[in-house]
Amino acid sequence: MSSKDSTKRTLIVAFSLCVVCSIIVSGTAVILKPMQDANRILDRNKNILSAAGLFDSQQDGDEVVAERFSQFSTYVIDLNEQRVLGEEQLEQLQIDIDGYDQRLVINDPNYSEALERQKDIANIKRRVIYPMIYVVTENQEIETIVVPVSGYGLWGILYGFLALEGDANTVKGLAFYELKETPGLGAEVSNPRWTALWPGKKIYDEVGEVGLRVIKGQGSGDYQIDGLSGATLTTRGVDNLIQYWLGDDAYGPILAQLRETGLQTND
Amino acid sequence: MSSVKQILLTPLFENNPIALQILGVCSALAVTTQLSVTLVMCVALTTVTAFSNLFISMIRNQMPSSIRIIVQMTIIASLVIAVDQFLQAFAYEISKNLSVFVGLIITNCIVMGRAEAFAMKNPPVLSFLDGIGNGMGYSLVLIVVASVRELFGSGSLLGFQILPLIENGGWYQANGLMLLSPSAFFIIGFFIWAVRSVKKDQVEAREFRMASQSTPDGAF
Repeated sequence: MSSKDSTKRTLIVAFSLCVVCSIIVSGTAVILKPMQDANRILDRNKNILSAAGLFDSQQDGDEVVAERFSQFSTYVIDLNEQRVLGEEQLEQLQIDIDGYDQRLVINDPNYSEALERQKDIANIKRRVIYPMIYVVTENQEIETIVVPVSGYGLWGILYGFLALEGDANTVKGLAFYELKETPGLGAEVSNPRWTALWPGKKIYDEVGEVGLRVIKGQGSGDYQIDGLSGATLTTRGVDNLIQYWLGDDAYGPILAQLRETGLQTND
Repeated sequence: MSSVKQILLTPLFENNPIALQILGVCSALAVTTQLSVTLVMCVALTTVTAFSNLFISMIRNQMPSSIRIIVQMTIIASLVIAVDQFLQAFAYEISKNLSVFVGLIITNCIVMGRAEAFAMKNPPVLSFLDGIGNGMGYSLVLIVVASVRELFGSGSLLGFQILPLIENGGWYQANGLMLLSPSAFFIIGFFIWAVRSVKKDQVEAREFRMASQSTPDGAF
């Protein structure tokens, strides 16, 4: 056996390789983390703005994001208790509103829960109990509410933001920022020509049920949206996510509160 | 031809990793719907191949042969993670588009193949250049595939609209097949066909020949 292949040599080489490689990997990860976090937040804010119709990726650059997003206030809500959380409760839950990313806590049992099958209309298996909502107010009046939505399409979960007018009933816009749907068919849900059908539609009917539907064929009236042809399952997924997230189990009661009593945190 | 030039240029047509060795085809299907994404993938793969070759060649005389493959994999994996971190920090949009495929460079046979076939036997600088050369060979095929797919699938190149789409009031009906992975198979096939028509020595010998079909009277 040559000295190169001795057991001692093998162990030394393996050990030093591990040390060097782990330093390289953890070094780059730690040094670049602040930039990556900033990118992630910038991207999220961009998606919120584009749902609210305030950002057009074709024309606007990154520099306008911070300024336009500054009019939004961020709140964390509790979907089980149906209330907007105040500072004290956030502290108890150890949520720091600037660093909190609800997508990252989806598997953390302290912040999320599994959904029962029959209640899981949007087919997402788990949901975050404390999602963030984004609100624009002017002179105490709510102008825009943006809520995160997600639901299973054909190949995977679609993630997006739905923007509502201050009446918490009229759609202002919808934007998906992550999806695995078929390019050219299902993925057209993020085509501006399709999302342009959404603004102005109403969500709740006279009895307060979710009346907004994405249907096959020509949608008409205040409550119907023309589904995408050739993408039946994706369209059904979008319909399901609207039914679920705006329904009584999710944002429904909170939106009703915002409509009736305005924005009140529970302190 | 000097050997440096040879090392850099043979992987383009003479010994292309995709067209001749048929390696790394998986990512060639997955990341070629948009040219801009493809270019970043090409840079990432070339960087990883070049540096893994460099480092592996530097320690090739110290490397115990029993753990050779694991050592190579560890070096490649560390480099890929570092590249992925850099992309997330400096090209966030594109890194989102590439998603898992940057991570999958670890399993790209080109990187491992060059480490094992070249870097283990050659000095560091030549190995580094060999990595660059093979990265360019891979990039060449990917860029051709991505240009065709983006142009005919979305009517644009690097995001600039070249063929105005019917949906947006133009005249071009986008070819949906081009946006799906199978189209890359066809394009790579045509690319290989073109290369082998010019360089006839790359044509492989037939492994078997089909027997001639039986005639109707053979049935009786």
